[in-house]
Amino acid sequence: MRTSLRKKAYILLLLPALVISVSVVLIPGIQTIWSSLTDWNGFSAEKHFVGLANYVELFQDRYFHIALKNNIIWMVLFLTIPVVVGMGMALLLLYRKKGRNILQMIFLIPYVLAPVVTAMIFKNIIYNPTSGLLHFINELNIGLDLSNPLTNRQFGIIAVAAVDMWHFWSYLMIIYLAALRQTPQDQLEAARLDGASFPQLFFHVYLPNIKQTVWLLSIMIVIFSFLAFDYVNLLTQGGPAHYTEVLATLAYTSAFSQQDLGMASAISVVMSGFGLIASVIYIRLTMREERE
Amino acid sequence: MKTKKISLIFQWILIGFMVLVACFPLYLVVINAFKTHAAIVENPLSFPVDIYWENFAKAWRTGSFGTGFLNSIRLTVVTTLIVLIASVPAGYVLGMKKFKGMRAVQVYFLMAMTVPVQLFLFPLYATLSRLGLIGNIYAVCFIIAAMNLPLAVMLMRTFFMKVPVQLEESARLDGANTMQMLRYVVIPVVRPGLITVSVLTVLNSWNEYLISTTFLQGQENFTVMLGYLALNGGSVTFDQGMKMAGALMIIGPVLVFFLALQQHFVDGLTNGAVKE
Repeated sequence: MRTSLRKKAYILLLLPALVISVSVVLIPGIQTIWSSLTDWNGFSAEKHFVGLANYVELFQDRYFHIALKNNIIWMVLFLTIPVVVGMGMALLLLYRKKGRNILQMIFLIPYVLAPVVTAMIFKNIIYNPTSGLLHFINELNIGLDLSNPLTNRQFGIIAVAAVDMWHFWSYLMIIYLAALRQTPQDQLEAARLDGASFPQLFFHVYLPNIKQTVWLLSIMIVIFSFLAFDYVNLLTQGGPAHYTEVLATLAYTSAFSQQDLGMASAISVVMSGFGLIASVIYIRLTMREERE
Repeated sequence: MKTKKISLIFQWILIGFMVLVACFPLYLVVINAFKTHAAIVENPLSFPVDIYWENFAKAWRTGSFGTGFLNSIRLTVVTTLIVLIASVPAGYVLGMKKFKGMRAVQVYFLMAMTVPVQLFLFPLYATLSRLGLIGNIYAVCFIIAAMNLPLAVMLMRTFFMKVPVQLEESARLDGANTMQMLRYVVIPVVRPGLITVSVLTVLNSWNEYLISTTFLQGQENFTVMLGYLALNGGSVTFDQGMKMAGALMIIGPVLVFFLALQQHFVDGLTNGAVKE
């Protein structure tokens, strides 16, 4: 009697969070999976079951291939540049007790700025070829003729990713730094007594200790790479001629410009699928590690 | 000894370079916010000679920053309140109690953390438009709160796990009920958690783009971010000085807030990802 009363109280305390999350995330999420199997346009009452037709059409779509390629480029860029820079800076700050806090604060400033503002700053004052920094460099007449990188078919997506990486790298640095600082002192002492060089110290003492964190963040990067939306939509809206399209912008335009909610849902499910695969790999890896 | 000195100099060059990378775009915003468009076209790197204040008034008017700031503050405050009201009791139960089914709730919130917005965005739009809630700022607060909840719950949970169980038991023996317990025993111990969750939620909702741009249609419902975007769109908007002034006005409050509470922000970022 008493325990059941207690349990009721616990459920009551969990209820606000669960109700909000279930009504905003879970139920519409299930609706999306269901909609991806229909030809629903998003507002009419008509909704026919079409099986996997949306997926079949999607996998043959040229823009889907461009988008997928761009998401993969995005992932490769984010798994290398911010990871290397973030780790490097974390190591450089590790032994600097005095400057650490202030440098950490400076590096974090880009991370706390709104995507809207960051994107508009880069678009206007840096990338703009008629009145921005690029224009100024071109006017110097030093033999450079830079055009707007955002309208470049080949490198547009990299120009967009660069803005997001400028915003994002310090997040990795903060987490790496926090993890590095938890390396057991006795291991470090022992390695130093053996006369280990810094690279040896890093690969044999630090890295094994923070392996878990590095993996977790890498999986996170993979998941988020397939969800990238804000900077692409703000800087290029997938243009020119869909060359910077990513899955998220493709889904967005399918839903709101083409009123093809079935297709938009199918793209969303595919996006989530990549995240799910990444999560499963991560759980597998950690479980194997625990068994060993 | 000499190689050590060279290595030290090299290290500072690397650090200095990254400081430059982080600050340079902001430097451009600050100096150009006080220049005319013509002066910026001539040289975007130079310091302003005559301070041109007019940019700020122009940006404020063109981007409707008056209503924008009011809406952004409303959105941020309401969202943060919803997140706190829902995450504190949930974190309390998950962090301090044991009962059947608890694990499932935990797994649910962990999974909800990695779900992409696009997976629930479109049916949500259809539902809200049927209910006539497009443009309703409180509906948007509710959605943004739901997106911030999983992390908030998991963070609150780790803070509640730090509350010593004896403290709660002795209060229980004194005849305190659950509400009194929360108020007088538990909340004081988890206050840093409350601040951390608030700081993260405030920044996330202030900076939010995807949900607001989708649901907050109609200029009178725009947050300051959407107002600033409108200022960057349209035809009158080649004016770089005005854009930089607008950016500076939005960045200012965020920077003050961040610099004042940065330790809590860092705690919030590292808490979930680093095992202690």
